[in-house]
Amino acid sequence: MKLRINGTTFRVEAHPLERLLDVLRIQCKLTGTKEGCGEGECGACTVLLDGEPVNACLVPVAHAEGRSITTIEGLGGTEGSHPLQRSFVEQGAAQCGFCTPGMLISASVIPAGARREEIRCALAGNLCRCTGYSAVYRAVELARAKRARRRAR
Amino acid sequence: MTTWTSPAISSMRLERPRSLAHALDLLEADRGLTPMAGCTDLYVGIHFGSLKQRRFLDLQPLASLRKIQKRPDGTLVLGALVTYSQCLDSPLVARALPMLASAAKEIGGVQIRNRGTLGGNLGNASPAGDTLPVFLAADATVVLASARGVRRVPISQFFLGYRKTARRHNELITEIEVPPIAGKQWFRKVGTRAANAISKVVAAGVRGEGITFALGAVAPVAMRAYAAECALGSALPLSEAHRALRSEITPIDDLRSTAAYRARTACALLTQFWSETR
Repeated sequence: MKLRINGTTFRVEAHPLERLLDVLRIQCKLTGTKEGCGEGECGACTVLLDGEPVNACLVPVAHAEGRSITTIEGLGGTEGSHPLQRSFVEQGAAQCGFCTPGMLISASVIPAGARREEIRCALAGNLCRCTGYSAVYRAVELARAKRARRRAR
Repeated sequence: MTTWTSPAISSMRLERPRSLAHALDLLEADRGLTPMAGCTDLYVGIHFGSLKQRRFLDLQPLASLRKIQKRPDGTLVLGALVTYSQCLDSPLVARALPMLASAAKEIGGVQIRNRGTLGGNLGNASPAGDTLPVFLAADATVVLASARGVRRVPISQFFLGYRKTARRHNELITEIEVPPIAGKQWFRKVGTRAANAISKVVAAGVRGEGITFALGAVAPVAMRAYAAECALGSALPLSEAHRALRSEITPIDDLRSTAAYRARTACALLTQFWSETR
């Protein structure tokens, strides 16, 4: 089976019912995507499937075949070069950091210039047990506002 | 690359049909085949080993079931694979069935809404399924297809018991038909938080020439509150409608709520429905 992940084609041999999460972490060694609850509640395993956030723990790998998958490694990688990642660092939006990759992936599809309420709704499926939501919302808000300003120029 | 198979799924099998006709043939041939759509419920069961089923029919290849359409007679036709996100984005749903958009908005987080399907919500038949009271209040019809033909079941006859539906093993939910609705539509969900919470009580209603009011999580199945509707329709005092409602629901204590809270909340929702649709 061929998977298109972060613009690269990966060849994997996997049972079609295998969770996309396990294939990413175990076979593709893309361990940036985390497993929290394993039942679609926490959002730690959020990835983009054709540009839409989904919980990788609830996606059979068969459903990802032939579609475009984006993981945290494809966003800004370990260098943390994505504007959202830099904003998270600047605003202290990560404490233990376990929810952060999922938060960043969900935040990456929030439109530029989004208001606080839209940001809260877009991140409602991502739980932070250190309860650092305010800093997360602030980081996303600032990064999205910057992006809107860049676009306006 | 190493091959790794998780123990939970190594004994499982996935059938991937080429067409709806192929899917129906596969269902006809194998009684133990379980249809699989957005996987938001199924995969919890698979991962935690609570699922007995071993053979699954993947509905994802059936693109024809993803459509939202309006027939010339005004009937809204929702394909079984329509996701909650699609409902939120659809101008047709916004116009013809706004209470479905209201329900979709409060289901899970965006990750669940991008995957969970209407057909899955109906087929799963959880008493707390959020779209179930909506379809009950809308007097919808469930379209069931099999290799032998198509059968239409009024939604009021679709839920037979706890997680039990009128769908036969060889049938697939293909569409939900919603007749044109005259009157104000209303939906409310009560849960622990606004998102990502399973309902403690959920209700939907229509108030026009007729009155429909349906509830979830107060009985083994999502249900129409016929006695309460009748009381409201006969202009009896609200207290009588509450009495009627209490007589027809059978809420339980569970990890999410208590029977007493659910009964009180169901009555409060009836009051809100009545005052907000005036």
